[in-house]
Amino acid sequence: MADPLLEIEALTKRFGGVIASDAISLCVPKGELHAIIGPNGAGKTTLIGQLAGEIAPDGGRIRFEGRDVTALSVDRRSQLGLARSFQITSLFLDFTALDNVALAVQAHAGHSFRFWRNARREVELRTPARAALARVGLAAREDVIVSNLSHGEHRQLEIAMALATTPRMLLLDEPMAGMGPDESARMVKTLRELKRGLTILLIEHDMEAVFALADRITVLVYGRIIASGPPEAIRANAEVRQAYLGEQEDRHG
Amino acid sequence: MTAALTPRNVVIAVLMLLLAAVPVYAAVTANTFLVTLFTRVIILGMAATSLNLILGYGGMVSFGHAVYLGIGGYAVGILAQEGASSGFVQWPVAILVSALFALLVGALSLRTRGVYFIMITLAFAQLVYYFGVGLDRYGADDGLTIGRRSQFAGLLNLSDRTQFYYLCLALLVVTIYLIARLVNSRFGMVIQGARSNDRRMRAIGFPTFRYRLTAFVIAGAICGLAGALLANHTGFISPATMHWTRSGDLIVMVVLGGMASSFGPLIGAVALLSLEEALPVLIRVSASPMFGDAAVRMAEYWQIVLGPLFLLVVLFARGGIDGLLAGVRRG
Ligand SMILES: Nc1ncnc2c1ncn2[C@@H]1O[C@H](COP(=O)(O)OP(=O)(O)OP(=O)(O)O)[C@@H](O)[C@H]1O
Ligand SMILES: [Mg+2]
Repeated sequence: MADPLLEIEALTKRFGGVIASDAISLCVPKGELHAIIGPNGAGKTTLIGQLAGEIAPDGGRIRFEGRDVTALSVDRRSQLGLARSFQITSLFLDFTALDNVALAVQAHAGHSFRFWRNARREVELRTPARAALARVGLAAREDVIVSNLSHGEHRQLEIAMALATTPRMLLLDEPMAGMGPDESARMVKTLRELKRGLTILLIEHDMEAVFALADRITVLVYGRIIASGPPEAIRANAEVRQAYLGEQEDRHG
Repeated sequence: MTAALTPRNVVIAVLMLLLAAVPVYAAVTANTFLVTLFTRVIILGMAATSLNLILGYGGMVSFGHAVYLGIGGYAVGILAQEGASSGFVQWPVAILVSALFALLVGALSLRTRGVYFIMITLAFAQLVYYFGVGLDRYGADDGLTIGRRSQFAGLLNLSDRTQFYYLCLALLVVTIYLIARLVNSRFGMVIQGARSNDRRMRAIGFPTFRYRLTAFVIAGAICGLAGALLANHTGFISPATMHWTRSGDLIVMVVLGGMASSFGPLIGAVALLSLEEALPVLIRVSASPMFGDAAVRMAEYWQIVLGPLFLLVVLFARGGIDGLLAGVRRG
C-alpha cells in the first residue's frame, strides 16, 4: 500500500449504551478518496468528530502522517492539515462569504496577534480566499452576507472554508445533504477536481456520487465496519446489500 | 474609515463637537454642573467602550466590568494615601493591576459559556467588592477620600476642571480610535469570528482561547484607566463603584448605544446619564399639575420609566441607538 496518510486503530466511542464507534480500524493512503457509507445513526459523524478532535474517543489511536494525533486539540489538527466540513452547516452567518473564507486563510497565515492593519484589506488573505471561493463556484457571491445565501451555497462555502486552510486531507461530512440534483452534480464535479490534489474522506448518502467518486468504500453499521474495499466489491457484497444498499433501494423505490 | 455624510455620521460629529464645547459653554454661563456631568459621561463612556470590545465584538457578556473601575480607582486612592501621588505611578499601576485581574478572571471564566460565564465574572467582581468593604485601612464601605488629584508635574494640572475634562475627552477619543483599529485587524477578526461561531473558528485552526483572553485583558486595562480617571473626578473611591449594579449600567450603555459599534457605547453613556438627570425633572414637572406635591415623590421612581425604555430598545432596535441612526439612511 502507498504511504498511509491517516491510520485509525481500534477507535472506540460510547454514548451511554450506544456504541457509536466499535473498534474502527482504517487506513487511508495518500491521494485516495475514501467514502464511508452507512445508515442513519451508524456513527459516521461521530467518526469525523473524533478525527477532527472535537470528540475524545474512549479507546484507540489516530495517526496522521505517522504522527499520533489522538490527544491533539481541534486547532492543532487543523494546523497539521486535517480539515473538516460539517454535516450541519457551521459558518459565520453575520460575515460575508469572502470574510468567512478569509478567516480560514488567516488561521494558517501565522499568528493573529496583529492589531493594526485592516485585515479586510490584506491582499495575502483576500487573494487565496477568492481562489477558494472560485474553486467551489462562489466567486460571484463573495460580498453576500452568509445568512442570505441559499442552502446549496452554504454547502459550497463549507467546502471552500475547508479548502482555504490548505489542508493535506479533507474530512467531508455529507457535502451534498439537502442539495437538488443540479447542485449535487456540480458538487460531484468539484469533488472530482479536488480529488486530484487531495486525500479525501467522504461521508455521503448519495450512492450515485459515492460510486462515481470513491477509490475505496467502507460500510459502517451500528459503529462497526462490515465491509471495506473497492466500489465493485462493495456493490457485490451480500451483507452490504442486505444491511444497507437494499434498504436504500427500498426507500427510494 | 470613510466619512460619508450619513445621518449617523452627522449625529456623531455633532455629538463630539458638543462634547468639545461643554467647557466653553460652562465658562460663558458660569455653569460648572454641566462640566461635572459630562466629565462623568465621558469617563463612563470610555468604560463602556472598553466593555464593548468584549461584549459587542467578542460576545463575552461580562457582568463584572465595573470591578476595573474600582481597581483603577483604588490604585489611585491607596497610592495617594500612602504618599505616592504622581500620576506617572498611579495610572500605570491602575492599568497593570486591572490587566492582571482580568487575566485571572478571563483565564478561569473564558472556558465557560453563557450563564456560567456571566455568573463567574459577576462572582469575581463581587469578591473584590466585599474585599473593598473589608479594607478598614482604606475606609471600608464608607470609601476613601482622595485629597489630591494625580500629579503630572509641570505637564498637566488635573485640579483644573477644564484641563481634566479635555484630558478625559482626548483619552476617550484615543480609546475609540484604537478599538476601531483593533476590531478590524486580524486580531479583531478572530474575536468577532469567535463570537459568531467559536466551534468553526477552532475547526479552521484558531486556538481562540488565547485571543479572547487577550481581548478580555485589554478591555480590563482600559477600564482600569477609566477607573483612575473616575477617582480623580470624584475625589473619592468606595466599593459602591464596583457594585454589580454599576456593571449592569455599563452593559445597559453598550446595549442601548449599540453593540459592536465604535461610538455606540459613548452614545449609550450620554443617553443613560442624561436620562438619569432628566427623567426625575421631567416626571416632576409633568406630574405636578395633576398630582401636586406627590409629583416630587413620583420623580424618585424615574427608573420605572427607564426600564421599559431600555426594554423597547432591546426588543425593537437590536443595534441600539446607533443601529437606529444607521437604519435612517436605508429607510
Ligand atoms: N453527543 C452525543 N450524545 C449521545 N449520543 C450521541 C451523540 N452523538 C451521536 N450520538 C449517537 O451516536 C450514534 C451515531 O451518531 P452519528 O451522528 O455519528 O451518526 P451518523 O452516521 O452521522 O448518522 P446520520 O447519517 O444521520 O448523519 C447515534 O445513535 C446517535 O444518536
Ligand atoms: Mg452524520
